[in-house]
Amino acid sequence: MEEKEEKKAGLKFDPKLLDFLTDFEEIELEDVEIELGDLELWFQPGAVAAPPRVVAPPAKLKPTTILEADFIPPIEEYPGRIGEVKLGATKGEGGSRSKTIVIGGETSPAFYTFERPPPHPPIISLDVFDTKVPLPKAIRMHVQEVMEDPAAWAKLAVEKFGADMVTVHLVSTDPLIKDTSPADASKTVEEVLQAVDVPIIVGGCGDPKKDALLFKKVAEVTEGERVVLSSVTLDMAQAGVLDGVAKAAKDHGHVVLAFTALELNQARELNRRLYEFLPKDRILMDLTTAALGYGLEYSFTIFERARLAALMGDPELQHPVLSGTTNAWAAREAWMKLGPEWEPRALRGPIWETVTALGLLLAGVDLFMMMHPAAVRTLNDVIGKLMSTSKATPEKIADWVTAEV
Amino acid sequence: MSEREIKKGIKELSPIDVYALLPRTNCKECGETNCMAFATKLVNREVTIEQCPPLLQKKYEKEYKKLKELLAPAVKEVTIGTGDHAVKIGGKLVMYRHEFTYHNPTPIAIEVTDEMDEEKLLDKVKKVENFSYEYIGREVNLDMVAVRSTSGDPVTFKSAVEKVAEATKLPLVLCALDPNVMEAGVVAVKDRRPLIYAATKDNWRDMAELAMMYNCPLTIFAPNDLKLLSSLAKTMIAYGVEDLVLDPGTFTGEGLSDTVNNFTMVRRSACRRGDELLGFPLIGTPITAWVGEEAPKEVLAWREAYIASMLISRYADILVMHSLDGWVQLPNLIWRFNIYTDPRKPVSVESGLKTFGKPDENSPVMITTNYALTYFTVEADIKSSGADCYLIVVDTGGISVESSIAGRLLTAETAADAVKESGVEQKVKHRHLIIPGLAARLSGETEDLTGWHVIVGPRDSSGIPGFLKENWPPKE
Repeated sequence: MEEKEEKKAGLKFDPKLLDFLTDFEEIELEDVEIELGDLELWFQPGAVAAPPRVVAPPAKLKPTTILEADFIPPIEEYPGRIGEVKLGATKGEGGSRSKTIVIGGETSPAFYTFERPPPHPPIISLDVFDTKVPLPKAIRMHVQEVMEDPAAWAKLAVEKFGADMVTVHLVSTDPLIKDTSPADASKTVEEVLQAVDVPIIVGGCGDPKKDALLFKKVAEVTEGERVVLSSVTLDMAQAGVLDGVAKAAKDHGHVVLAFTALELNQARELNRRLYEFLPKDRILMDLTTAALGYGLEYSFTIFERARLAALMGDPELQHPVLSGTTNAWAAREAWMKLGPEWEPRALRGPIWETVTALGLLLAGVDLFMMMHPAAVRTLNDVIGKLMSTSKATPEKIADWVTAEV
Repeated sequence: MSEREIKKGIKELSPIDVYALLPRTNCKECGETNCMAFATKLVNREVTIEQCPPLLQKKYEKEYKKLKELLAPAVKEVTIGTGDHAVKIGGKLVMYRHEFTYHNPTPIAIEVTDEMDEEKLLDKVKKVENFSYEYIGREVNLDMVAVRSTSGDPVTFKSAVEKVAEATKLPLVLCALDPNVMEAGVVAVKDRRPLIYAATKDNWRDMAELAMMYNCPLTIFAPNDLKLLSSLAKTMIAYGVEDLVLDPGTFTGEGLSDTVNNFTMVRRSACRRGDELLGFPLIGTPITAWVGEEAPKEVLAWREAYIASMLISRYADILVMHSLDGWVQLPNLIWRFNIYTDPRKPVSVESGLKTFGKPDENSPVMITTNYALTYFTVEADIKSSGADCYLIVVDTGGISVESSIAGRLLTAETAADAVKESGVEQKVKHRHLIIPGLAARLSGETEDLTGWHVIVGPRDSSGIPGFLKENWPPKE
C-alpha cells in the first residue's frame, strides 16, 4: 500500500498494523463503515507480503559527514515456551543428590540473548561405561585407570573434568555382549550414585526388550532419585514394552529420554504415547546426533526446527533436548591417522567433538553427553561466555589488522 | 516466527507471481518447455532472469525491474576477485537452513603480513593453494589470501601485495586501516577486485573513494556498534559504494556473546525486517583469537578453530583466519561443506560394489542405499566388526533405507539390478544376500527376482557385528 493512497483515503495506518497485515493474504473487514467519494484499490502481487523496507536516500551529493541511521534490535515474541525439566533429587525431595539441575524454559531461539537470555545454561553429562569398550586413544589416555570401575570413573568425571552430570552406560546388559542381568546392572547404578552426588543418566544397551526390563529394575532401585532413563523409543512401543517403562518412570519418580532418528513426526508421536503416562516435565528429547562430517547438518537442522516449532507453539515439541555428542568420535577424522599435515590427533579428535557440540549448542541443545575433557572444558567455557552479555571491549580488536600474531 | 510463517516468506515468491511478470509466450528460448517451468526454476534459484532473452528487451523493462526486485536476496551477493577466480559471498535468501538452501559457502581467507620475509610469505601462500582434503569423494579447499599491513608502510605493503598476487590467483582481501597504505596495495592489484578491509568511523571517506575509484567491494568495521555499522552503511550507499561487507567485530573471549548477538541481529534485520542497510554479507575474523593474548600457540589455534565453526553456523559469509594447521581447518571446511548443502537433497555416495577387508568367495554380501549418512554409518559398523565382506550400494537418489522403500526407490527390482550390475555373482560362490532389517518386506520378491537366498539383517547397522557372529556362515 503506497503512502499516497493512504493519504487519499484520509487514513493514517499505524506502521505496526501494516507489519501485522503482512502475515495475511486476505483481509476481511468487519463492522467498518467507509465513506468515500472515489475509492481506488490496487494490489500488487507480492507487495502486500513484503516486509517494510528501510531505504537510503538517493545519492545526490557525496556525504561529508556520517549519515546517522537508527538501529533497533529485532526482537520478536513467541507464543510457545520450552518446558523446564528438573534432574536429580535432593534428600528433601526423596533422593540423595547434593543439588538438582533444571534445564529448558527457553522463550527464544538458542542464545538470542539480545532478545531473552536462556533461563538456565545448557549442561554436560560425561559418559561412563560399565564394561571395557573400545575408545579412541585420545580419550582412553584420560580414563585408562578407571575403565573397569564405573564408580571411580564417575568420580573422575565430576571431580577432575567438571561434569554437571554422569551417564552410566550399561552396555554390558546387551545380550550380544555380556547379557548382564537387570539386577546386577542396577548394582552398578547404585555404586555410581554413592560415588558422586550429581544427578545421573542411566543408559541401556539399545535392545528394546532388554532395556525395558533393565529400566524397570533401575527405576525401582533408584526410587525418587529422578534419574534420566536413556532412552525410550518407538521400537519399544512396537515391541509392546514402552508403556511399562513409562509407568515405572512415573511410579518411581524419574525422567525419560525420548529418542527418535532425525524425524520430528516420530518425535511427536513418541511424546504423545508418553503423555499417557508421564507429565511433560518428565520428558527430554534426543533427536539424534550425527558426527561432524557424517550428517551433523541433519542433526543441526532437526534441532533448530524442533526449537523454532516449539517456540511457535507446537506443544508436542516443547521439551528440553539432549545430544549424544560423543557420537562425534564415530567420524574417522576424529581418530584416524591421516598423514603428518593433519596431526596431532590429540587435538584433531577433541576439536571434532567440540565443533560437533558447538554446532548443536547454537541449534538449541540443553544437555550434552560428552567424553573428551578438552571438549568439555571448551563447551563449559563458551556456555559461560554466552550467558553473560555486554563484555565486549572494542579497543581490544580495533587494531587487529596491524597486530603481531 | 513459525516454521509455517517462515516458509510463507519463501512462498511469497510463488511461481505464479513470477510467471505473471514473464513474457508468457512459451518461446522456449531459455531452454525450458514453457514460461511456467522457467518461473518455477527462478523461484528455486536454479536459473537467473537474464536467461530469458525476451525479458531483456526494452518493452519488458518494467517487468524485468520488478522481477529483479522480487527475486533479490535479503543479503546482497558481493563478488570478490574477477573472472574464473572470483568468489561470491552473501546472496542469502533466508535466515535458517531448513527454509531454503544457503547460498555461497563461507570462503576462508588465510592471512599473511607485509612484514613476513619473502620465503615464509610465499610458502604460506603456497600452502593455502595446496590445502586439500578428500571428503565424501569431493575435494575441500581453502579459498582466499588476506594480506595485512603490519608495517603501516605503503611501499612495504605494495611490495607484499605484488608478491602474493604473483604467487596466487586466489581472490584477495587487503587489510589496512590507513588509506594511504590501502591505496598502495589496491593499485598493485587494481584488476583483481580485492576486498578492501576496512572503512571505519575515522577513515570512511578515503576508503569510499578508493572503493569507487578501483571498483572494489568495501568492508565496514564497527566493532560492537550496530548503530554505527548501520550509519556507515547508509553513508557508503549515499556515497555510491554498492558492494559492502559488514564487520560487527569478532570477540573470541569476553564479548563472545556480543559477537553471536550482533551477527544474529544483523542477519535477522536483513531477513525478517528487510533492513537494506544491514542486508550485506558478514565478515568474521577468528584471527582475533591471536590478538593480545599470551598463551601457547595450540591454545590460541584451538580457540580460533572453534570460534570459526561457531561463526560458520551463525551467519558469517566470509572468514579471515591465521592458522593453517590441518586440525584447525579440517573441521571448519567440512562443517562449511555440510551446512551449505541443500537440506532437501540428501548427500549421496557413489553406488556399486564396495569391499571391506579381504573378502573371498565365502564372504558375506550385504546391500544398502547410497544416502551418505546411511552408507557411512553402515561402513563404520562393518569396519568395527572387522569382517571381510562385500557391500552392494543401490542408487536410491541419496535416500535412506526406510524412506526409499516407502518411496519405491529401493524395491526388489532395483535391488536385483544392483546385484546383477555389481558383478558380485562372479566373486562369491554362495548365493546369500543380507538385506537391511528395514527392508524385510522386500525379501520374498527379491528372492524370486535374484534367485538368491535372502537373509534379513539387523534393523540398525550397529547390529551388524553381532548379526554376522550369529548368522555367518549361514546354516544350509
